[in-house]
Amino acid sequence: MATFNEVGPGKPVTESSRVDKLTPRSRFSHGMRAIIVIVIAIVILIPIFVMVNTAFKTRPEVVSVPPKVIYTPTLEGFVLLLTERAIASPATLEQLKAAAAEGELGLFDRIALESGQEITGPSQYVTRLRNSVIIAGLSTIASVVLAVFAGYAFSRYQVKGKNDLLFFILSTRFLPAVVVTVPLFLMYTQLELHDTHIGMILLYTVFNLSLAVWLMKGFFDEIPTEYEEAALVDGYSRLQAFFRIVLPQAATGVAATAVFCLIFAWNEYAFALMLTSEVARTAPPSIPTMLGRGGIEWTAIAAGSLGFLIPVVIVVFLLRNYLLRGVTFGAVRK
Amino acid sequence: MSNLQLQNVTKEFPGVTALKDVTFDVQDGEFFVLLGPTGAGKTTTLRVIAGLTKQDEGSILLDDEPVDEFPPAERDVALVFQQYSLYPTMSVYDNLAFPLRSPMRNLPEDEIKTKVEDTAEILRIGHLIDRKTAHLSGGEMQRVSIGRAIVRDPRIFLMDEPLSNLDFKLREALRVELQHLQKTQGSTTLFVTHDQIEALTMADRIAVLNRGQIIQIGTPEDIYDRPATTFVAQLVGTPRINLMKSQRENSTLQIEKSDLHLPMPPDCGVPEEILLGIRPEDIDIEPGGNFSGQVALTEPLGVETVVHVRSGEQTLVSLIPGLVNYRKGDNVKFNIHSERLHCFELDGNRVQED
Repeated sequence: MATFNEVGPGKPVTESSRVDKLTPRSRFSHGMRAIIVIVIAIVILIPIFVMVNTAFKTRPEVVSVPPKVIYTPTLEGFVLLLTERAIASPATLEQLKAAAAEGELGLFDRIALESGQEITGPSQYVTRLRNSVIIAGLSTIASVVLAVFAGYAFSRYQVKGKNDLLFFILSTRFLPAVVVTVPLFLMYTQLELHDTHIGMILLYTVFNLSLAVWLMKGFFDEIPTEYEEAALVDGYSRLQAFFRIVLPQAATGVAATAVFCLIFAWNEYAFALMLTSEVARTAPPSIPTMLGRGGIEWTAIAAGSLGFLIPVVIVVFLLRNYLLRGVTFGAVRK
Repeated sequence: MSNLQLQNVTKEFPGVTALKDVTFDVQDGEFFVLLGPTGAGKTTTLRVIAGLTKQDEGSILLDDEPVDEFPPAERDVALVFQQYSLYPTMSVYDNLAFPLRSPMRNLPEDEIKTKVEDTAEILRIGHLIDRKTAHLSGGEMQRVSIGRAIVRDPRIFLMDEPLSNLDFKLREALRVELQHLQKTQGSTTLFVTHDQIEALTMADRIAVLNRGQIIQIGTPEDIYDRPATTFVAQLVGTPRINLMKSQRENSTLQIEKSDLHLPMPPDCGVPEEILLGIRPEDIDIEPGGNFSGQVALTEPLGVETVVHVRSGEQTLVSLIPGLVNYRKGDNVKFNIHSERLHCFELDGNRVQED
């Protein structure tokens, strides 16, 4: 118990005085737990490990039996994935070789050259990856912004038919996505939203909104209303109090919600397959299309999957502190 | 500083009447305490004054001007919450500066700095100024919270049980300090509490509130010496007032189920049957006393001792100075200050003095 020194500065309690006494038995169970976690992690990570390896192997290495463990990494898969190539004519081949000798040729061009090809332009996959970034990014921003305001309103105000509305919002999640793709396809064709960025952003926003509103409402419920009321009395308007007092406290919740929305929009497959074709097609449905063209391009598929993983990994990594606190929100707060 | 008036304020919540026809006024520079048990409507009163809750009927006046239509920000009152409510994402300095940075005030940052430092000085929290609020003790938090109120010279201070979450020693210290602060600053303060000691020690005037209604308004002496109802009489004073049914018998008062006959107090003449209130300190145990009884229990408190005395089937609680140790069953003699008796009708209202 920290005693309050009435006259001088009181010493703040900065460290926990609790001593964790580990009995040998609990130490053993700690060790056991660690081992189990490691085993589970290995099992889960094997496919990713194989994928990463495949992405950096050459085509013969991928299909060799037994699988090669030691190999020289190459970016061949990425070249296959990201570029359109053509067999170079003997004349251009000479030119390219000369340029390569001068060191003027880019990395991808040199790799293409090894198999006698020249790069004619970026592949469709590049456009699709860009579509993925645009659609997932904007729909995440839209869902989170809407959910922040809706969640706050549901948390703080007497909304008429609040419970019904919340249930209605959640009910959009009752059906598996595939069930509604056909009606959606018909509606989108009529509304000329088929194969447009705006159509996909709208769809993912709507789909994510139900979860996002519920999450944000929960996070706002955890913040006592006294803080905003104090700000109101201190001379701020409702909206100013929201932005200056409530939102900073809900930062972890916003981060967690954003990650959930982003992962869904980034990974979504069924809608993207049905509702896009050329202009707005995202990356997930285009990876399997590579299966067809002249044998299975395993290296390209692996490279595509790897490249596809990286943005989400980066976002989650950047937000990891918020996420951990966000996920355990209710438990940690007193 | 300003004066405040509440006129016939009524507030209903679904199923309960939180405030019913509440009328009182707080004078400029006055320390006014709203005293009542949990659920009496004290906090609702403060919220209505601050503008956080809208009353159903009645009017709030600050400096004789109705503020009913003003949002909280424009009323310029300061509210200190029971739970401190410091902004957790900010440092102590930013917490104190927050009201000054409001778009309504728009002060330059160097003026804010001076004001914040002065306030920190007054409350002796200067050394905490860069600290995050999460690293403060309860007492320090409440100081910062009070600081956030005084930093901006509001028209009136509203304090919602600011001391009740602190431990006893700290509560006593802060009570004295708050009182000193209020007097030196001459601030108008409306202080809400359920603790009668806080009310009696700090208040210029007290309003006793029960179930949304004002029972009595008066100085601490009024409240203690002339309680308007048995409710007020029981609410203030520890140990509690002795309250017993009594009958008129010729010119004496007979306390029911006991051997006690008291001389008739002059102002208790009217009804046949009354509730008689005797403060514990008005029962003196002395060898030459007029009444006798047996000791049922003693509670030595140090400076004084609470003695429970049985007479017939009644037990009277007496508060006597010093540390005395009677044993259970001891026969004692005692006197009752008959000029300080409190007489109430059976419905609880004080018998009117002519």
